[in-house]
Amino acid sequence: MAKLILSMDGLVLKEINLTKERTTIGRKPHNDIQIDNLAVSGEHAVIVTILQDSFLEDLGSTNGTVVNGQSIKKHFLQNNDIIELGKYKLKYVNETPAGMAKAADFEKTMVLRPGATRPAASAAPAAPVAAAAPAPAAAKAGDTVQGPATTMPPAAAKPATSAPQKSAALQLLSGANAGKELDLTKPLTTLGKPGVQVAVITRRPQGFFITHVEGASFPVVNGKPLDAQAHALNDHDVIELAGVKMEFFLKA
Amino acid sequence: MSLSGALEIASCTDPGMVRAHNEDSIASDGEKGLVVLADGMGGYNAGEVASGMATTVIITELQHLLDKRTPYETDAASGQVIAHQLLHEQIAKANTSIYQAAQSQPQYAGMGTTLVVALFYDNKMTVAHIGDSRLYRMRGDELKQITKDHSLLQEQIDSGVITPQQAKQSQNKNLVTRALGIDPIVEPEIHDHETQPGDIYLLCSDGLCDMVGDEDIGLALQTLSSNLKLCAQHLVQTANDNGGRDNISVILVRVLRDFPASRGIVGKLMSWFR
Repeated sequence: MAKLILSMDGLVLKEINLTKERTTIGRKPHNDIQIDNLAVSGEHAVIVTILQDSFLEDLGSTNGTVVNGQSIKKHFLQNNDIIELGKYKLKYVNETPAGMAKAADFEKTMVLRPGATRPAASAAPAAPVAAAAPAPAAAKAGDTVQGPATTMPPAAAKPATSAPQKSAALQLLSGANAGKELDLTKPLTTLGKPGVQVAVITRRPQGFFITHVEGASFPVVNGKPLDAQAHALNDHDVIELAGVKMEFFLKA
Repeated sequence: MSLSGALEIASCTDPGMVRAHNEDSIASDGEKGLVVLADGMGGYNAGEVASGMATTVIITELQHLLDKRTPYETDAASGQVIAHQLLHEQIAKANTSIYQAAQSQPQYAGMGTTLVVALFYDNKMTVAHIGDSRLYRMRGDELKQITKDHSLLQEQIDSGVITPQQAKQSQNKNLVTRALGIDPIVEPEIHDHETQPGDIYLLCSDGLCDMVGDEDIGLALQTLSSNLKLCAQHLVQTANDNGGRDNISVILVRVLRDFPASRGIVGKLMSWFR
């Protein structure tokens, strides 16, 4: 369950759970989060919560809404974002108390039944997502869905090209381009002649690997021909491929 | 009608780095031009049961039916293209089987599965899908997502609530709005697409596209296209290197040559000698 922590001058004043679909912030008393300060407009901003995601929207306030030092009109809130309203700060916290242990469970795919009431719009804040689960499994699935707010970053937030720290290159030792260097910056680098012999060097978190792709003959590393399996490359390995010798080396 | 020699198919499925079970299920038949991928959901092993039922029902029934029916023709009674009709009927059948098992056996309660099926015939393919398993097409150097997820996130993107960029940060990734086996009736989304020799089609579960960006998928399909099996393994490996938080399944289909339907007596005769 996501929540906001209201503070001023580093003093925590209040914690607010984001259980409603719309949580309003403003100076006037009818707001869900009332901040009685002249720098805050009567209806200053609103937080729209859809299941585990929350969006902050400025409602045309006089002094504007600032998130992490940036003035915003509409903002998709991320864990630990700081919302500033005059002297007040609202910290957005969206993590599960259970921690990472059950993270795998939380991510399990669930069905939102077509036509079902949007869970965030449901009146009962205690079990806002139960309506999302298929009826027979509601009790069990409800638990599972409750907390997709994991402390882990969403999967795709991690760059897909998560590379090893080190970089590497190939230096050609023979052939027309002898002496030339080829930096291995891409996740995949192919070597050789298409239709004759091709190998690929993959850059992975564990290091660099060479794999045979096509052709009757396999690449040779340090005098030994490879099989169809990927082969981990070590610093100063010598690769022979389509009649060309090259040296693999790691860069500082 | 046999499509032997027209399609090259490679696949790979893996539980990933976090899950103990593989709830994905894949099946293919190159001769019939048929590929099926399902990503099951539900407690214990119910997800595996649901996805397994979906792929088994669809592939075995269609293998049988495609011997008797010609997919490109139009059904006189319903006015529907036979391919669409076959897919509709068999998806409905799979849905009923899963739904009934889920209703009658407590350990299967609430199980369901996503589905993506492609049927190749007459220089085109008919794609049916339900949920967030996807089909991509690599043509030249352009990777294009052909299916549109039935998911909360996709609905939010469509209605402008969030941008595709923001969707990557969302915590609501795992909510599909349509699945097989959840309701007595399910409506698959079915479309036709022209195919060209050289096209590579990728069917995958969300375990791939949640962990690997489109750019890296495209790069792999381009650089490893000469070795489809290796390409499929590489995609799974990349998803695992990036965390492998879900089961990962990949089916790759390369169109090797034209495969026009053999209409008329001469065409049918010719097709015997292929």
